[in-house]
Amino acid sequence: MEPSLLPRSQFDNLIRALEDDGYRVFGPTARAGAVVFDEIHGADELPRGYQSEQVPGRYRLEHNGHDRLFDFVHGHESLKRFTFAAEERLWTITHNGQVKFNADLPDGKPTAVIGARACDIAGMKVQDRTFIEGDYAAYTDPYYGIRRRSLFVVAVNCATCASTCFCSSMGTGPRVSNSFDIALTELGDEFMVETGSPAGESLVKRLHLKPARPEHEQKVVQQIEAVAKSQTRSIDNFGIYELLFGNLDHPRWDDVAARCLSCANCVMVCPTCFCHREGEVAAMDGESSQHVRQWDACFTMEHGSTHGARLRPQVKQRYRQWLTHKLGSWWKQFGTSGCVGCGRCITWCPTGIDLTEEAAAIRANPGARA
Amino acid sequence: MSAQLKVNPYLPQAAEVVDNIEEAPGIVTLKLRLTDADARAAYTFQPGQFNMLYLANVGEVPISISSDPSEPEIIDHTIRAVGRVTEGMVRAQRGDILGLRGPFGTGWPMEKARGRNILVITGGIGCAPTASVVGYAHARRDQYGKISVCHGVRKPDDLIYGERFQSWCNAPDTVCMFASQESAPGWTGRTGLVTQLLDDLEPGAVEGMTMMCGPEPMMRAVAEELLKRGRPIDDIYVSMERSMQCGIGHCGHCQYGKEFICKDGPVFPYERVRRLMAVKGF
Repeated sequence: MEPSLLPRSQFDNLIRALEDDGYRVFGPTARAGAVVFDEIHGADELPRGYQSEQVPGRYRLEHNGHDRLFDFVHGHESLKRFTFAAEERLWTITHNGQVKFNADLPDGKPTAVIGARACDIAGMKVQDRTFIEGDYAAYTDPYYGIRRRSLFVVAVNCATCASTCFCSSMGTGPRVSNSFDIALTELGDEFMVETGSPAGESLVKRLHLKPARPEHEQKVVQQIEAVAKSQTRSIDNFGIYELLFGNLDHPRWDDVAARCLSCANCVMVCPTCFCHREGEVAAMDGESSQHVRQWDACFTMEHGSTHGARLRPQVKQRYRQWLTHKLGSWWKQFGTSGCVGCGRCITWCPTGIDLTEEAAAIRANPGARA
Repeated sequence: MSAQLKVNPYLPQAAEVVDNIEEAPGIVTLKLRLTDADARAAYTFQPGQFNMLYLANVGEVPISISSDPSEPEIIDHTIRAVGRVTEGMVRAQRGDILGLRGPFGTGWPMEKARGRNILVITGGIGCAPTASVVGYAHARRDQYGKISVCHGVRKPDDLIYGERFQSWCNAPDTVCMFASQESAPGWTGRTGLVTQLLDDLEPGAVEGMTMMCGPEPMMRAVAEELLKRGRPIDDIYVSMERSMQCGIGHCGHCQYGKEFICKDGPVFPYERVRRLMAVKGF
């Protein structure tokens, strides 16, 4: 389907069409000094006029009074919260007389998310390799699978980026290229609308939009190229598994450990981190119990513990676990980097640790030993 | 079982406790039988694989399967009470219902070992995964050569599998040897490390397949000693242990470099884990 144009003043029509199709519509909203996804019913709930300042260890949302809806780049949340719930019940047992196991699968209610960025979509595709049966996974996680299949993605091509962004170097952005239903690019006071799926096409057709002209596509390309060019951070992925696993005793691990609080913020904001812990919530009357899971992080002491023995007691071991996995062994496990270049872990690190710098420091001085 | 794993690999199936046999204080073997006939018929496993067992209201733990794969209807799990879940599990009574998911992971290289001697190295409190090796070979005695079991402990009291070892020792062409780092009155084994037992073995005993389970420094020391003695690395296998909560490579806890212990292991050719075993903190 050829690209078309949606005037910003008619953005509500898109939301309404999604609602008419039975979707719960989520979009970015400005709240408490940050952008978070929330259920929305109109374009007036979007973060119009906001921009974000993002540097290592700092995030500030600023209202600039302009009319643009998506110049805030991204908040701490990615698409992950829609596909891989931060906490969910997996199954319940009841045992009045006999123990019975009942799966508590998600309801699969169609959910549309407006405002997914290229890095968010890339992150979701990385997680697909963990949770969906295929070349890299023997089993589909049905909880993830149901949420994933129920998702309608209205992507937004970034018109600006944060100083911490490096999607260009990871080959994941700034332009969304697949795995979306509709992609929007904000130009002046209208959006160029592209479709990426039959569902997206049928919805856009009902909006009766004017076709875009070649100069619109040109503007989109220019805008995206400018975003890519403005990115200053990068990761050199050449031979990075061998580099990192060949430098497990590098002094840089001690150096970063002196700055790392082991707080796991980086894991919580990462669109690809998939670790989760399972736990039991038993009813007080002992008649039933819920088996739940929550996001977990390799920065916790428990994550690396085996029957009580702490295998990674030092912060340096836990940071090393995270970085060598994220940038290194992920390639071996899933045929891709575990990093999509969204830069969230840099922005949201309380001490501003920058994984691009950490990887570069090891590359600059390979073979050094602590 | 495979059908259930395909639909929802997280959901356990009900398994009845057929028997609870005390092996030693705090160690029991639970004989479990899936209650659903179709699930029971579909269930097969390899020696060395494990199940996730669930105790109602308390939680799930990975437990290796210790019975013979030729009789998959009754599945044995030898369990030591070491934590919240296993403390309750060892007290399970005949007729109680537990949850079972599995089997997961890789098995021992029993095909590759066919026709050869087997050297089993274990350590610590006694390692259930290696029991499946000895049991499997004993049940097919003519298919395997000599079986040598070397068991290392820190102090003689840690040798809690005495009776099981005794029955192994009495089997044809099987030798059991023990080493304890500390001695005590009445200790008849060697005083020292399990690696020293290699000197006590007949030369032919180490020329087969080596299968190990126990503390990583022990497995590493033995493996490196075998390599020093010219044994090919391809003949050395280890069973690794890490926290496992899902069993299918999703929860992330058991990652060991590029390996997921739960699905790429727990049994590994030594070569695959050798490099990381030399590094602390993985």
